This record gives sequence, C-alpha cells and structure tokens, in this order.
Amino acid sequence: MSASDGGALRPPPHGAGRAFIATLSRGLRLAFRRRGEALNPLVFYALVITLFPIGISPDPALLAVIAPGLLWVAALLAALLSLDTLFRGDFEDGSLEQLILAPQPLWTQTLAKVCVHWLMTGLPLALSAPLLATLLALPAGSYAVLTLSLVLGSATLSLVGAIGAALTVGLARGGVLTSLLILPLYIPVLVFGTGAVEAAIAGQSALPYLAILGALLALSLMLAPWAIAASLRISLNG
Amino acid sequence: MWAIVHKFGSPQWFYRLSCRLEPWCWVLAALSLGAGGVWGLALAPADYQQGESFRIIYVHVPAALLAQSVFIAMALASLVFMVWKIKVADMAAAVMAPFGAAMTFTALFSGAVWGVPTWGTWWVWDARLTSMLILLFLYLGVIALRGAFSSRQSGARAASVLAMVGVINIPIIKYSVEWWYTLHQSATFSLTERPAMPASMWLPLLIMVVGFYSFFAALTLLRVRSEILRREGDKRWVRALKEIPS
Amino acid sequence: MSAFDSLSAFFAMGGHGVYVWSAWGVTAALLSLCFFQARLERRALLKALSRRARRERARAETPSTPMPTEESDDA
Repeated sequence: MSASDGGALRPPPHGAGRAFIATLSRGLRLAFRRRGEALNPLVFYALVITLFPIGISPDPALLAVIAPGLLWVAALLAALLSLDTLFRGDFEDGSLEQLILAPQPLWTQTLAKVCVHWLMTGLPLALSAPLLATLLALPAGSYAVLTLSLVLGSATLSLVGAIGAALTVGLARGGVLTSLLILPLYIPVLVFGTGAVEAAIAGQSALPYLAILGALLALSLMLAPWAIAASLRISLNG
Repeated sequence: MWAIVHKFGSPQWFYRLSCRLEPWCWVLAALSLGAGGVWGLALAPADYQQGESFRIIYVHVPAALLAQSVFIAMALASLVFMVWKIKVADMAAAVMAPFGAAMTFTALFSGAVWGVPTWGTWWVWDARLTSMLILLFLYLGVIALRGAFSSRQSGARAASVLAMVGVINIPIIKYSVEWWYTLHQSATFSLTERPAMPASMWLPLLIMVVGFYSFFAALTLLRVRSEILRREGDKRWVRALKEIPS
Repeated sequence: MSAFDSLSAFFAMGGHGVYVWSAWGVTAALLSLCFFQARLERRALLKALSRRARRERARAETPSTPMPTEESDDA
C-alpha cells in the first residue's frame, strides 16, 4: 500500500477512480487473507434456514409457501450481521482516518468499501440461495428469480446498511443499535424481493418487481455514498 | 440573507419569540381540543356501519397525521442544522423525536383498540397500521442514536443524518407496504377510508387536527426554551432573564 | 343536540364504551404526560439556574476564600 499512499500526496489527474480501485483491491485482498471470516455469513444463512423446518414443520407443502419469505429474511439477517465488520477494522487501526484525510472524495472510497462488502456477503448469499431453496422445497421455476432478486436487493442492503454501520462505528456497543437503525429501512427491499419470487411461483412476470429493486438500487447508489461519508466524518470527530 | 438566517437562528431571539408565541398556541390547543373533544364524543352522530366505536377516529386520525408530520418537521430541522449549523434547529429536532414517538404510539394503540369492534381482533396487518409500526421503529432509532453518543455534538449530527435518511425512506416504505398489503389481502374494510362524511362528522375531526397541531407547536416551543436553558446556561443573556431570580 | 339520550348511554357508547374510552383515555394521558413533563423540566432547569446564580453571587461577595475554577454543568 505504500506506493498508493505516496501517490496520495500529489493527487493524480484521475485520483478518484484510482483511489476507488486501490481501496477495492485492498479490501478484497484483506478479505481473501481472512477466508474463514468471509464464510461466516454463508454458514449463518444455512443455519437459520435449517432452523425453520425444525421449528415449524418438515412438511414440504407448508415450507414451499413460506420459502420465499424465509430465504429473503434469512439473507437479510446474514447481511445485517456482517455489517459490523464493514468499517470496524479500519476504524480500529486508523486507516479510516487516512481515508478521510486523503485528497480524493470520501464517497468514492466508501463506495469501494461497500462494493467489497457486497462482493463478500451479498453476492455469495445470492448464489447460495438456490441451494438452500431446495431444502425448503421452493417450487421450480423461481430459482433464477430468487438469485437475481437477491443480487439486486443485497446491493441495496449493503449500501443502506453501510449508513448504519458508519453511524455506529465510533460507539463501543453499536451492534444492536445498528440493527434498530437499519431494519426499518430494509423493509421495501424485503417487500419487493419476496414479491418477485412469489410472482415467479405464481407464474406471473417477476420483471416489475426486479425493475423496482433496480430502481431502489439506483436511488441508494445515488444517495447512500453521501450519507455514509457524512456519517463516517461524524463518527470520527466524536 | 445570512445575517437574517443567523438572527432567526440565534437562541436569544428564538427564546424571546417563543415567549410571545407560546401562550397563543396553548390557548388555541386548549380551545380546539376541548371543543373538538366534546363535539366528537357527545354531539357528532354515530356511524351507521360502526356505531359509536367510530368516535375513535377523532383521536386516531390526528395522532396518525401528526406522527408523520413530526418526522418531516424533525428531518427539516435536521437539514437546517446540518446546512446552517443553527443550534436551535437541532434543539427542535431533539425535542420533536420523543413527541413524535408518543403520537405514533397513540395512533397504533387507538388503531388496535378500534380493530376489536371492527375486525374482531387487536391487530391486523393493515397497511396503515404496519407503516405506523415501522415509523415507531424509525423514531426509536433516532432517539437511541442521539442518546448513544457521549458527545452532544456528534449525537446531534448523527441523529440528523438518520432523520434525513429516514424521511427519504418513509414514502418508499409507505408505498411498498401498501403494495404488499394489496398483494396479500383482498381489499377489506379499511378503518379511516370512507365515502363522503357529513359535516357534523368531519368538522369535529378538523378541529381535533387543529388542536393536535397547535399542541405540538406549543409543546415544541416550550421544550426548545428548556433546551436553550440547558445548553446555553452560561450565557449572559440567560442569566439576566427575569425568570431566574438570584 | 346530543347524540345520546342519557349520561349512561354516553358512557356505554352503544356497547363499545371500553374501546372508545380507552383510546381517548390513552391519548389524553399521553398528551398530558408530555405537557406536565415539559413543565416540570422547565421548572427544574430554572431552579437549577437560579441556584447556580445565587451560589456564584455568594462566592463573589466573600473574596477571602480562594476562587475555585469555574465549572460548567455540561462538559
């Protein structure tokens, strides 16, 4: 990282893009060094999905009815639990302050961090969902929509969740508070995500729902980086 | 322009202004809550479908309206605080949050109680009640976040960001919940949607709404003044106030 | 003028008295709670401020004792 740190003193002409790629690759490299940790959300997802047939009923007909909601809620919780690690490490070793002091705009760097989070949790969760869906006897024909809705939706979850993580990163016991702040904001994604899967099961087009998920993603891509950057500044000043 | 903004935003000026405005707000609130209460409870005719349980509308609707308006007002105050660094705006946002949560709880409680005679159960996942419940969680989040910071300044700024993020999300949440409701439920009888109400029914409702809003205004002015005393207690003009004998 | 024939009919609310009165009661209770809490808050603050003013004046009138460093209530 020393090369890019030296470059930060004299901002190059395409500073923001370069800083984005540097932060992204640094985040990915760190994540690959801790492969075990990256698996945790997936294991959590599988465990929660296992609990429901045990807690409710092994009856496939019943499970098929509640499967879209269960798969979505469990993925949402898995993404939520991984939020705490999003800025925590960088906050504790001081690299977050370096990001804020860097001449490049903070929102590009936070966007890179959110990208890393999505690549390490949202995308794997979405890709593993069809596997868990077979355990819950999700009706055939909705698997592709399930994955696609999770890919789109989890990106929004990462962006919105990062706001909560940034607001609470400076607090010693931010864990439960983050959930309290973020879960109400997750509801639209949950509604349209499960809506897409249920439409596919009913034989209707899931396209409107996926389009709305895409719109939510576009909106949060536009506004969330600003809010994350502002929140990080607040957390580090306090 | 900036001079005017900062003059209006100065605690001293606001304190003087609210001293003059507040009594009128209390008078208006007491008059309209009293008149609307008597009219709604005793004089308005019973509903032909719901009978006397319809009278809950006179507390449910104003509380629900206020619950949403207070959040918007809080987010506006937060925006003013973040853009112009006006302390009074943050004080207003800080005192609005608990009152908004109280109004959201009132709307939820009266809605649940109303549900028993109309639906036969305390809780129905009706679109309005559900979005009210989510709004309550948003309020609790803002209050909890402000309290979680040890520095007042950081807590104020964090709560401001969350209030602004929340107010952008409220319409999205509302519409998604309505979509979800129509998807899962065949359209049933909704509590407050009704065809043309006679004037003898909606006039008291209007008066109650006015009463709730002026109560909110008066309470906010009173509590912002307290907040000024709490935060600006060292200032010379605060010490010179005639309310503080020494 | 009134929608009710008698006072007992007014309290019964056509059999829905429990619901109407509990909804109105909780609303009234919450509004008055907000009101009295705000009043008490203001009174307590005024009392604390005037106590502080009195203390500081007393301190200023007795210059023999060494002046302690002034502390503000909110750090």
